[in-house]
Amino acid sequence: MKPTRSSVPWFTRVALILLGVLFLLPFFWMVSTSLKPLNETMKLPPQWLPSSPQWNNYPDAMRAMGPFWLYARNSLLLAFLNVIGTVFSSALVAYGFSRLDWRGRDACFFVLLATMMIPFPVVMVPIYGLFKAVGWIGTFQPLWVPAFLAGAFNVFLLRQFFLSIPRDLSEAARIDGCSEFRIFWQIILPLAKPALLTVALFQFMATWNDFLGPLIFLARENQYTLALGLQALQGTISGTPWHHLMAASTLVLLPVLVLFFLTQRTFIRGIATTGLK
Amino acid sequence: MMPGEHRNLIKGLVFISPWIVGFLAFNLYPLIASIWFSLCDYSVLSQPVFLGVQNYVDLWHDPVFWKALRNTVVFALVAIPLSSFLSIGLAVLLNQPIAGQGIYRTIFFLPSLVPAISLAILWQWMLNGPMGLVNNLVRPFLNIINAVCGSHLQAPDWLNDPNFALGGLILTGLWGTGQAVVIYLAGLQEIPLELYEAAELDGTSAWQRFLHVTLPMLSPVIFFNVLMSIIGALQTFAVPYILTGGGDGPGRSLLFLATYIYQNAFDYWNMGYASALALCLFVLIIALSLVSVRYGEKKVHYSGR
Repeated sequence: MKPTRSSVPWFTRVALILLGVLFLLPFFWMVSTSLKPLNETMKLPPQWLPSSPQWNNYPDAMRAMGPFWLYARNSLLLAFLNVIGTVFSSALVAYGFSRLDWRGRDACFFVLLATMMIPFPVVMVPIYGLFKAVGWIGTFQPLWVPAFLAGAFNVFLLRQFFLSIPRDLSEAARIDGCSEFRIFWQIILPLAKPALLTVALFQFMATWNDFLGPLIFLARENQYTLALGLQALQGTISGTPWHHLMAASTLVLLPVLVLFFLTQRTFIRGIATTGLK
Repeated sequence: MMPGEHRNLIKGLVFISPWIVGFLAFNLYPLIASIWFSLCDYSVLSQPVFLGVQNYVDLWHDPVFWKALRNTVVFALVAIPLSSFLSIGLAVLLNQPIAGQGIYRTIFFLPSLVPAISLAILWQWMLNGPMGLVNNLVRPFLNIINAVCGSHLQAPDWLNDPNFALGGLILTGLWGTGQAVVIYLAGLQEIPLELYEAAELDGTSAWQRFLHVTLPMLSPVIFFNVLMSIIGALQTFAVPYILTGGGDGPGRSLLFLATYIYQNAFDYWNMGYASALALCLFVLIIALSLVSVRYGEKKVHYSGR
């Protein structure tokens, strides 16, 4: 289905425009609702645009959520710790799986790949018990310490990248008497910056978006992440103020969108390569 | 072992040591512990008490478990083919020399970035019975159908109707399918143009070229995506949980295995029963993955082999 340049049929263009509009509509509806006064959200048939945009819906929604900035700080702190932890530990592990030859390496790597088939809901009960035993329930530790123990998917991505770096580079350094850790730290890591950035971005999104982890491990409201704070807002209010819920949802989404547009190229390339190896 | 080989082994193990600790603590131990807990009465607050296979017997007689299992399997079997067709279709459309290709790709990708909490609250609103945008787009079509056929079709109250709640969730999932579109598009762009040119010289139609060139060449990517979506679909939790305001929907129509594990573990503190459920989910994932690997071995075309 690769026609020559001149012959893209008109219905392809029309289909793309229609589908594009369809995919954008929910975003439009979210922002449009977030700027309406409450009575306009209830109108039938719905009004496409607010008669005058209510910008103060945003500060109002933040106040309705309670300590919004505290939640934002918690989310950011967890995202930051997870990014640092997984980038460093996954790179270290990926190095061991790609740039060193040792007996049993490929068998171990196979086990690592197999662990990707174990989703969190399958193992969360014993993990909860484990954190309970060390007294970490109701603290942030369960939500960031595991990141320092490498993520299988991140190791997989970084390993692909490390394998593409010529072996001679390490050999030359080894002959010069460079320690393995220095080769990793001073030669391979600087070369792998784009891959490390990809992993950092994926991890930031994953932590920012995580819902189940904070739901089961956190106990007190002042530890809530934005996701939990928003869920609490959804639950506590009767009569559903959709304008506030949409404003708050937009606010939680906003950092992700900004980050995406700043790093679009790396991001799309990262996603694209995951399926091709 | 040669001394050098021994040194290499130590070096390798030191580098992968973070993963070894993580694997033991968060994969291997939980799997083994789950088997033990599933044979016990266990509430985290007290020591597990051995029960034998009682939890599994209870499971067998628990209609709610069967409901959760059925919902999980139906959701996977409907949502995965639909999202595959949609994302392959979108990628094929995008893979043409069209102005603004990058913009379209971004538009289709963006929804997959939306955090589960925002996504679910947004779609709760989109799927609202009287005021939701979905029904307001659907109603004009229903009116035409009703006028033509004399029927009395009405737009459903998606999330409050046990017959439509799962459909609403699937619609939500379809909107967020963009990641697969990006992967498929990259896969399509790897297919050598000469293959199409040769097929065109043979006088094939565009549809034949799609069936006999595009699909086989894309099959490893399709296989990868389907495997990932199976694992993703079977563990679905956050979006249906939030869509239903922290519940499982009307008539438990949005109760999935992961939801039921969560309810047993953290609402009823019945960790033994939750572990039995978790193992069922695990077996289901392994089984469906093996089936698709088996099937994939026959159908997937790897170029150069």
